[in-house]
Amino acid sequence: MISVTEQASRTRLPGEGAVARLACAVVQPLLSRVVRRIAASHPSVFARLGAHQSTDFLIDPVELPFALHLRPDPRALVLRAVPRDRMPEAGAVIRGKFLLLLELIDSEEDGDAAFFSRDLEVSGDTEAVVRLRNALDDMDGSIAEETAAMFGRPGRAILARLRKSYAEART
Amino acid sequence: MSLAELICPAGTPAALRTAVDAGADAVYCGFQDATNARNFPGLNFTPEELAAAVAYAHARGTKVLLALNTYPPAGKVDLWRQAADIGARLGVDAFIVADMGVADYIARTHPQVRLHLSVQAAASSPEAIRYYCENFGVKRVVLPRILTIPEIRQIRTEIPCEIETFIFGNHGLMVEGRCSLTNYLTGQSTNMDGVCSPASDVEYRREADGSMSSQLAGFTIDCFGPEEKAGYPTICKGRYRTDHREDAYYAFEEPISLNLSRLLPELIDAGVHAFKIEGRQRSKSYVRGVVSAFRKAVDDIRAGRQADIADLVALTEGQKQTQGAFETKKWR
Ligand code: SF4
Repeated sequence: MISVTEQASRTRLPGEGAVARLACAVVQPLLSRVVRRIAASHPSVFARLGAHQSTDFLIDPVELPFALHLRPDPRALVLRAVPRDRMPEAGAVIRGKFLLLLELIDSEEDGDAAFFSRDLEVSGDTEAVVRLRNALDDMDGSIAEETAAMFGRPGRAILARLRKSYAEART
Repeated sequence: MSLAELICPAGTPAALRTAVDAGADAVYCGFQDATNARNFPGLNFTPEELAAAVAYAHARGTKVLLALNTYPPAGKVDLWRQAADIGARLGVDAFIVADMGVADYIARTHPQVRLHLSVQAAASSPEAIRYYCENFGVKRVVLPRILTIPEIRQIRTEIPCEIETFIFGNHGLMVEGRCSLTNYLTGQSTNMDGVCSPASDVEYRREADGSMSSQLAGFTIDCFGPEEKAGYPTICKGRYRTDHREDAYYAFEEPISLNLSRLLPELIDAGVHAFKIEGRQRSKSYVRGVVSAFRKAVDDIRAGRQADIADLVALTEGQKQTQGAFETKKWR
C-alpha cells in the first residue's frame, strides 16, 4: 500500500479544499452511471483482472481538481472522485494528463510508449497496473465515446473539443 | 521475390482483430500460461477465446500461429502437450516451438500442423536449422537477431525451410532462449515460466527530484532523470555502477528497439519469407500503428514502388531505434 497524499502535495497538483470537494460532488453521479454502464456492456473485462478485482487503483489526471478511486470488483464496483487531500491508500497509482489517460483507456495511445516518454507515471503494484491495462485494452469500442453518447450531442461535442485540443497540444 | 508475409503480435482477442483488420498475413498468440514467452498478467487467450480468434482470422484469410515457445521443465511436459492438442483441435495454422521434446510430440501427434522454429531455439547455423527440419519436419525458422543480411542470404541457400526475421520491436541482446538474468534475481525463468522481469517483482519509485527509479526484486536497475526517456525494467537494459566507471552506465545495452523498415527490400531480396513484428505485450494502438505501416511498406515494395514507412520512433523503447546486427556486426 502506498500513500499518495504526500506525493500529490509535493507536486502541487490542484484539488484540495472546498472547491475540490464541490467538484467531486458534481461529477460523482456521472461517474457512478458511467462505471455501471461500462461494467454491464463489457463484462469480460473483469476476468483479465484476476485477483486484482479487489485492488484499489488511484487514477490521477494531473490537471483536474480531483483524482479517481477505482476498485473494479464486479460485485461492488467503486469509481469515485476524491479530493487530493483525501486520497485513500491505494494498491496502485496511475498518473498523467486527463486526455492521455482517456486515450489510453480507449487504446488510441500506447501505454508503453507513454511510459517510455515519461508522460505516464505508475507506482505501487505493477502487476495490478499491467492487468488493468490489458483488461481495458481487450475491450472493443470507446469508453470515451460511450460516455459522451450518454449525454447526447452536447456530450459528443465536448469530447470532440477535448480531443482536438489534446491533438493540438501534441503537435 | 519472396512472399514477405507480415507476422503480427496479438496479446488479446481485441489486439488480434486489430492486427487482422490492419492487414496481417498471420497473427501469433499464446495461452494464459507458461507455454509461451509472453506469460504476462492479464494477457493472452483462453481456449474459447482462441477458437473465436481462429474463426475471425480465417474468415478474413489470415493465419493464426500458436506460440508454444518456452521450455518445459524436465518431466513436466503435460501443459505443453495439452496446449498443442487444444491448438490442433481449434485449427491453428502452425505451432511456434523452441523445445525439441515439444517439437517431437507435435511432429508425431499432429503431423498435419506446420511447425515453425521459434527464435527461442537460437538456431543460427545451417547445420542447426537442418537438424530441426530433418528430425521434426520444421517448415520455417525464425532467425536470431545476430545475423547480417549477407549471412541470411547465405543460410537461405543451405537450408530446406522458409526464413522469418524480426523487423520491429523489442531488442534483447542475449543468446535467445538462454538468458537467465531474470531467473538470477527473481527465481522465475524467462525460458520456462515465459516471463522476463515479472510485473509482480517490478516497482517504480518516484524520487523527490522528479526522477524515477525502476527496481526488480528489490534491486535498482535504472534511474531516469525527470526529462529522460525510459525503457522496460529488464536487467539487460539497466544502468549499473562498477569500479572502473565513474557513473552508472548501460553495461549490456541501452533501451532501444529494432526497426528494419529501411532494410525491407534487401531482406526480401535475400529470400526472407516472413517478417515478424514483436510486441504481444503492447496495446491495440501499437498493433494498429505498426502493422498498418509495415503493411503499406510491404505492399509498396511488392508493387515496385518506393516504400515510405511512417515514423514509428514514438513507439520504440527508450524512443531510440537500431538496425542491430542486420546492418553490421559492430552494432553493440
Ligand atoms: S533480460 Fe533482456 S536479454 Fe534477458 S530475457 Fe530479458 S529482455 Fe531478453
